[in-house]
Amino acid sequence: MKLTLRVWRQKNADAPGAMAAYEVDGVSPDMSFLEMLDTLNEDLIVQGEDPVAFDHDCREGICGACSLVINGDAHGPERTTACQLHMRSFRDGDTIDVEPWRAAAFPVVRDLVVDRTALDRIIQSGGYVTAPTGSAPDAHAVAVPKPDADHAFVHAECIGCGACVAACPNGSASLFTAAKVNHLNVLPQGAPERESRVLDMVAQMDAEGFGGCTLAGECATACPKGIPLQAITTMNKEWLRAARTSKR
Amino acid sequence: MSWTSCGWPPYGRRMALATRDRRPPTVRTLWDSSVGKKTVMAVTGLIMLGYLVAHMAGNLKIFFGADEFNGYAHWLRHLGAPVLHSHWALWIVRVGLVVSVVLHGVCAFQLSRRDIKARPVRYAHTKARTSYATRTMRWGGVILALFVVWHLLDLTTLTVNENAQAGHPYENVVATFSTWYGNVVYIVAMLALGLHIRHGFWSAAQTLGVGSAARARLLKGAANLLAAGLTIGFISVPVAVMTGVVN
Amino acid sequence: MSYLDYGTGSRIADSKAPQGPIAERWDRRRFTAKLVNPANRRKHTVIVVGTGLAGASAGATLAEQGYRVLQFCYQDSPRRAHSIAAQGGINAAKNYRNDGDSVHRLFYDTVKGGDFRARESNVHRLAEISVQIIDQCVAQGVPFAREYGGLLDTRSFGGVQVSRTFYARGQTGQQLLLGAYQALSRQIAAGTVEMHPRTEMLDLVVVDGRARGIVARDLVSGEIGTYMADAVVLASGGYGNVFYLSTNAMNSNATAVWRAHRRGAYFANPCFTQIHPTCIPRTGTHQSKLTLMSESLRNDGRIWVPKKAGDPRAAVDIPEDERDYYLERIYPSFGNLVPRDIASRAAKNVCDEGRGVGPGGQGVYLDFADAIARLGRDKVAEQYGNLFEMYERITAENPYEVPMRIYPAVHYTMGGLWVDYDLQTTVPGLFAIGEANFSDHGANRLGASALMQGLADGYFVLPATVNDYLAGAPAVGDADASHPAAVAALDETRERLARLLAVQGDRTPDSFHREIGELMWEYCGMARTEVGLRKALQRIPEIRAEFWRRIKVPGTGAEFNQALEKANRVVDYLELAELMCLDALHRSESCGGHFREESRTPEGEAERKDDEFSYAAAWEFTAPGQAPLLHKEDLVFEYVHPTRRSYT
Repeated sequence: MKLTLRVWRQKNADAPGAMAAYEVDGVSPDMSFLEMLDTLNEDLIVQGEDPVAFDHDCREGICGACSLVINGDAHGPERTTACQLHMRSFRDGDTIDVEPWRAAAFPVVRDLVVDRTALDRIIQSGGYVTAPTGSAPDAHAVAVPKPDADHAFVHAECIGCGACVAACPNGSASLFTAAKVNHLNVLPQGAPERESRVLDMVAQMDAEGFGGCTLAGECATACPKGIPLQAITTMNKEWLRAARTSKR
Repeated sequence: MSWTSCGWPPYGRRMALATRDRRPPTVRTLWDSSVGKKTVMAVTGLIMLGYLVAHMAGNLKIFFGADEFNGYAHWLRHLGAPVLHSHWALWIVRVGLVVSVVLHGVCAFQLSRRDIKARPVRYAHTKARTSYATRTMRWGGVILALFVVWHLLDLTTLTVNENAQAGHPYENVVATFSTWYGNVVYIVAMLALGLHIRHGFWSAAQTLGVGSAARARLLKGAANLLAAGLTIGFISVPVAVMTGVVN
Repeated sequence: MSYLDYGTGSRIADSKAPQGPIAERWDRRRFTAKLVNPANRRKHTVIVVGTGLAGASAGATLAEQGYRVLQFCYQDSPRRAHSIAAQGGINAAKNYRNDGDSVHRLFYDTVKGGDFRARESNVHRLAEISVQIIDQCVAQGVPFAREYGGLLDTRSFGGVQVSRTFYARGQTGQQLLLGAYQALSRQIAAGTVEMHPRTEMLDLVVVDGRARGIVARDLVSGEIGTYMADAVVLASGGYGNVFYLSTNAMNSNATAVWRAHRRGAYFANPCFTQIHPTCIPRTGTHQSKLTLMSESLRNDGRIWVPKKAGDPRAAVDIPEDERDYYLERIYPSFGNLVPRDIASRAAKNVCDEGRGVGPGGQGVYLDFADAIARLGRDKVAEQYGNLFEMYERITAENPYEVPMRIYPAVHYTMGGLWVDYDLQTTVPGLFAIGEANFSDHGANRLGASALMQGLADGYFVLPATVNDYLAGAPAVGDADASHPAAVAALDETRERLARLLAVQGDRTPDSFHREIGELMWEYCGMARTEVGLRKALQRIPEIRAEFWRRIKVPGTGAEFNQALEKANRVVDYLELAELMCLDALHRSESCGGHFREESRTPEGEAERKDDEFSYAAAWEFTAPGQAPLLHKEDLVFEYVHPTRRSYT
């Protein structure tokens, strides 16, 4: 296949950026999208040009590093991560636009690489259970009803890629934050910090400059792990409960 | 001892964590948070929605003739008597509504500004499908705010109603809907209202945390019913005037 | 002097290992280890490199104890370390099933599974701690699979007869890592851990014979800096990416361990590599990495190739009597469930005979047709649905209709930096934990044991042993970044990167990586021969010389430059590969993942030579390009006596 790529190029956070067009030839339908970018980069390096910078690591759809908006969709047309997107989803002669995640809280580092440390700081503000090493009781000391354990797991699957933020018209991190709140607040282990967790995480989300949720639903559509939109409703409920009752 | 030979901003501490040792009062927590402001919008929205249902039901009395409609309007002014003095109940409602409208509007404005600031750069490859609901809510809200101003000047203060007579609401309504622009303004606003309620009611339910997968159909159904009922109910009046059913 | 003429140095002994009954050794060591007064701990700084299971758990725990921690990872977030990709589960001798499991049985299985090339003391400690790990993770909110009664579910895993593997669907590694990441995040928020993401360690700073810091590059600004501390912990993972194609993450690399080796840390058993039999085969030269599919598929899938070499027919067109179900034929009693190393080698053998299937003949069929006929499609979908989906997403073939194609791939490295019982390397103050060390798996790692080891080291072992070192370490604050040794390390690193940028040749870093990877896969992969290894050892210096003549790195060092990062990692692969081949050449026995064609039984199976090779080979770096020095650590088996593994 022969493709035309239009890629966002930006030297660093302070430099202006622009879309640049490249022809890529000899693309196999079995290639992943990132392998297609690899071949482009190999050519660019030999020509002495700067290769296109993009984040990637495990290439198995689990580390959450890859972060490309492909033809306007976070992670591209399939419901998966960009590393698991294959070129057979495109046709010979296609023009493909590749852009970085766009959000005020995700400044561009270079080309398609953005800074997502804001998501880490949301977790730091309360996305944990305080359980210092060595302090744990036996794992069977508290039974967890299977529906609760399953609810926790579904939300714990979040890979922190930020596609929800990239897809949201408001650049909101509500789905990301809600996933962690749902995961920990439903478990008995997370109960003691239930109120402070949701209040602090939402406050941090606001402080990082993410937008608010208008329930457009784009986040849940883009999420490669299928975190449901309902997570946000549950987070709101937890937040209201905490705002009413938290005394600390 | 110097830790490092270069002093980069350490990760995780670039921005002070919002964690606080002491919690501020609930009202402060509400107002400071995007989720709290959404809650304010949800509650005030529901107050206004309740008012609109009553308002629409009252409007329908116009189909029973001028006497009954004007009598109803007269009764409203004396609502709560003899405990309340004349107009008091009406003023209580008005104050409640003004507070709701202002809070709803201020929150909407602040949240919208935050949302727009959070996405300063657009994608070069745009998709039309995004933010349908968001656009409807924002522009619909602005249209409704402008409409309320016109509506008050038209039928409450009678400032812009050319043939108005104080104390004759039935006649004033007929007068408004006897002009083409009166009908256009009103009907467009009521369609906007329908869309606004359709997403707003469902959205308020999510914000207040009452939505769930099991209730999704119920809530969407209720939202559609409310939106359609209010729009049709309100629009029936100008249509009736236009078609001569009411004159 | 040729690289092959390595010298043999003095024998090395694990001086920290306590004596006495094996079940009491860890308690005994914890008691004899010196403590640091809690008030003094905040005066000590510990550097932790890496944020996988081992690194994140160590960083969090050290910070909880009161130490000041400087933590580094090359990823943009500590949550992305490659532990996240582990699928299957984590072993623990909880015996919740009452099926006869015990600490001793887990210990026994692990020593035997490692083909008697691991230390008994270490493995027993690992089995003891496994129990605490599950408690710790549950307390953190890790959502393990549960039964309807609300208690934890377990399943059995390859090669053992008890059900001791705890899991969280197919994402156990992810969930355990997020638990450790969250514990680390709590400490970052508390200010006790200073986290440096997108910062890669490029060298170790050794002052007066002790590890006192690292040289690291900020991958965003390109700035190279020195970070000083009282102890350095490497939790930087394995070196499987030497092979270019592996199941490791793209950026997993060997630079931290290799630079530590060059600064004096011995490298043990570098040739012990685990090759996993069920990976999705490569599709072409564009292939950048390989994807593993859970071993559980071999429970119901049947592995076969056509009897005739070069058979051009599609799988469904090959009649039953023209198929060779080779594992069932050669190993009738274990069939498709032989251990990983055996299954991998058998696949290689049939492909070498020209009977491989798929592009390039590098694959064998894993066929579920019989299972679907026997159990029904729904039942198969229930058990393997997510794996089938993953396979179809990558290959665009429907495994319900055509057999899957699989091929072995490099997956894990049992070798690593030599450490004593305290997980301390031969450089005082330098510790290595998780896959970065060599300690617990011998010559072959059992399934679901990597997660166990990473967390045991990070949560429980290291925090106890670092105390002992710091209590006896020199006074705090006597070394800073202006120390001549630190300045020298910084300058050397700067020089190395400048050299890479200055060559301006005509070949990309990836092209060299692919070349060394293919060479290693060919000669130091699943089956190794003396002739092949000698050929590789001759070729590696040539590739290295060509690298320094023809490498092309665009851009500068003072910016975000992924080509420069890659080139610098390849520099270290080109040196480590040589040591791996030398180690493989010197160990002329077959054991675990290391199979020497010359050392096999009359039936063609791996033959261990306990008389000659019952030791860990710890290599000492001498000088660049010069032959290393071999130190042997004798392995003593008091509790599990070496036997031959037979699966026929």
